[in-house]
Amino acid sequence: MARRLLSSLGQFLATLLVATALIFVMLRVMPGDPAVVALGINATPEALAQWRAEYGTDQSLAVQYLQWMGGLVRGDFGMSYVTSQDLSPLIADRVQVTLILVGLSMVVALLVAVPLGVLAAVRHRHPSGVALAGISQVGVAVPNFLVGVLLVAVFAVHLGWFPSGGWVAPADDPVQFLRRLVLPVIALGSVQAAIITRYVRSAVLEIMREDFLRTARAKGLTKGAALVRHGLRNAGVPVVTIVGVQLAAMLIGSVVIERVFVIPGLGSLLVDSVGNRDLLAVQAIVAVLVLLVIVINLLVDLAYTVLDPRLRKAA
Amino acid sequence: MATSLDTTESVGMPVPAPSIPGRSRRRSRPGTQLVVGAVLIALVALVALVSLVWTPYDPVATVASDRLQFPSAAHWFGTDRFGRDVFSAVMVGSQITLIVGFIAVGIAVIVGVPLGILAGMRPGRLGDVIMRGNDILLAFPGLLLAIVFGAVFGAGTVTAMVALGIGSIPAFARVARSGTLQVMKTDYVFAARAANRSEFRIALRHVLPNISGMIVVQCSVNFGIAVLAEAGLSFLGLGTMPPTPSWGRMLQESQQFLGSHDYLAIAPGIAIAVAVLGFNLLGDGLRDRFDPKMRSSR
Repeated sequence: MARRLLSSLGQFLATLLVATALIFVMLRVMPGDPAVVALGINATPEALAQWRAEYGTDQSLAVQYLQWMGGLVRGDFGMSYVTSQDLSPLIADRVQVTLILVGLSMVVALLVAVPLGVLAAVRHRHPSGVALAGISQVGVAVPNFLVGVLLVAVFAVHLGWFPSGGWVAPADDPVQFLRRLVLPVIALGSVQAAIITRYVRSAVLEIMREDFLRTARAKGLTKGAALVRHGLRNAGVPVVTIVGVQLAAMLIGSVVIERVFVIPGLGSLLVDSVGNRDLLAVQAIVAVLVLLVIVINLLVDLAYTVLDPRLRKAA
Repeated sequence: MATSLDTTESVGMPVPAPSIPGRSRRRSRPGTQLVVGAVLIALVALVALVSLVWTPYDPVATVASDRLQFPSAAHWFGTDRFGRDVFSAVMVGSQITLIVGFIAVGIAVIVGVPLGILAGMRPGRLGDVIMRGNDILLAFPGLLLAIVFGAVFGAGTVTAMVALGIGSIPAFARVARSGTLQVMKTDYVFAARAANRSEFRIALRHVLPNISGMIVVQCSVNFGIAVLAEAGLSFLGLGTMPPTPSWGRMLQESQQFLGSHDYLAIAPGIAIAVAVLGFNLLGDGLRDRFDPKMRSSR
C-alpha cells in the first residue's frame, strides 16, 4: 500500500516536471521577441534592452525556466508581458470561478447519471431502459456549447427566466450568483451526465453477470438489495475512472462554456491571452490546467486502491 | 462443478461454447448501432462530396439584400447576417469537419500505433519509457494543446488538425500496447519466434492484423472527439478561419441573433451532433463486432 502510494506520488512529480518543461519549451518556440511584442516595432534598442532586463528575457533559457519553476513552486506566476499585471492574483481569482463551475457541474452530472445509469442497467430489456440508453447515446454527441447556446435561446432570450451570462461573486450576491450559474451548469453538466450514465450502465450490467451477485441472490436477497450491497461498490472502479477522465475534460471544455456565458474563468483568460499573444499568461494558465489534470489523475489512481482491495495487494 | 456439464452432454443437449454466445448470428447481422452510425457518416460524407462540385449558392458570397432571411424555399436553412446561404455553408462545413477528423486521426494512428506495438513487444525498459512519455502527453488534452499551438504557431485548420492528432496519440498507443501484449502470448507468435522470424515481420504479419479491429474502433471514437474539438476551437475563434465555413464558427456567430434568428444556431448544431453521433455509433457497433466481451453489455 505504502509502496503504491509512493510510486504514484513519484510518477506525479516526474510527470509534473516534464510537463512544465514541455509547456515552457513549447511557448518559447513562439516566433518573435516578447520585448518587441510588448513595446512595438518602433521601440528604441535601449528601451528593449531595459524591458528584457526587467522581465528577465535576456537570461539563458535554462535560467528562465528555473526562475519560472521557482516562481510556480511559491505560487508566483510573474508579471504579464502585455498588461504588466501581476498574474498570480488574477489566475487565483479566475481558477476559483472555473473550479466552482466545473465542480458544481460534475455534482449535478453525477446526481443525474448514477441513478439513471443503474436504472438503465437494471431495466436493460425494458423499453424505459432502452430509451435511457438511446437518450444518453445522443447526449454524448451534442457539444456542450451547443447545449449552452440553445439554453440561452430558450431560457434567457425567449422565456427570460435566467440571465444569459455573466458572473457575480457568491459573497456579493448569493442569489444572483446561483441564478447566473444555472444555465452554464446545465450546459456543462448535462453532456457529462449522458457520458457518465453510459459508463454506469455498462459497469452495472457487467456486475450483474458476476457470480457473487448470483450468490447474493441465491442467499435470498432481492435484486435491488444484492445490487446495493455487493454490486455498486464493484461498479465503482470503472465509474471513478470515467469521472476522473471527465473532470479533466470538463476543465478544458469549460473554456468554451465560459465563452458562451461570458464567465470570467481561467478558460476565458486563456483565450484572451492567446488573442493578446500574452506569452507568460498563456504559459501560466496552461501550467495550472495541466497541474489540475495531473492532480485529478493522481486522485483517480489513489481512489482505485481504496475501492478495490485486489489492486492494493497487486502493488 | 464439471458434473452438471457432463450430464447435459450425456442427455444429448447441445452445449454452446460459453465464451462466444450467438457469435455466428451477430456476424451475419450487423447491429443497429453499426448500421445507423454508418448511414449517418455516409450522409455527412455524401454531403461533403456533393459540396465539392455543387452547392445551392456560393457559401461565401455576401448578398446585402438577403440578410438574415428565415428558412424558405429559396434558402432552406435561411441566410446569415451577410446574406450568405446557411444550407450551402453547412454543406461546405462538412468538408472541413471530415478533413480535420481524418488528418487528426491519421496522425494519431501513424505515431501512436507503432509506439504501442513497440511498447507491447518490448515490455521492459523501452516499453516503460514509451508509456511514461504517453502518460505525460495524456496531461495535455487535445483541445488545450490546440489552443497552445494556436498561440504559438497561429490559429488555423492545420494547427488544429496537428494539435488534435498529437493529443490523440496516447489513446492509440494504449490500445495498441494492450492488444499487442495479448497477441504476444499466443501460440502462433511463439511459433513465429521459434521459426526465427524477425520482430518486424512478427509485428507486421501477426500483431497488426490481430489488433486492427481495436484500432478501427478507436479511430471511430477519436474521429468523433476530433469533430467536437474542431467545432469547439472554431467556436472560440481558434480553429478554421473565415471565410471558410465551419460549423463551430457558424454556431458562435449565431449567438448574437438568438431570440430573433434561432435557426442560425440549429442548422450547424444539428450538423455537428449528426456527425459526432454517427462516429460514436459506428465505434460502438464495431466494438460489438470485434470485442465479444463487450457484446452483451451494450
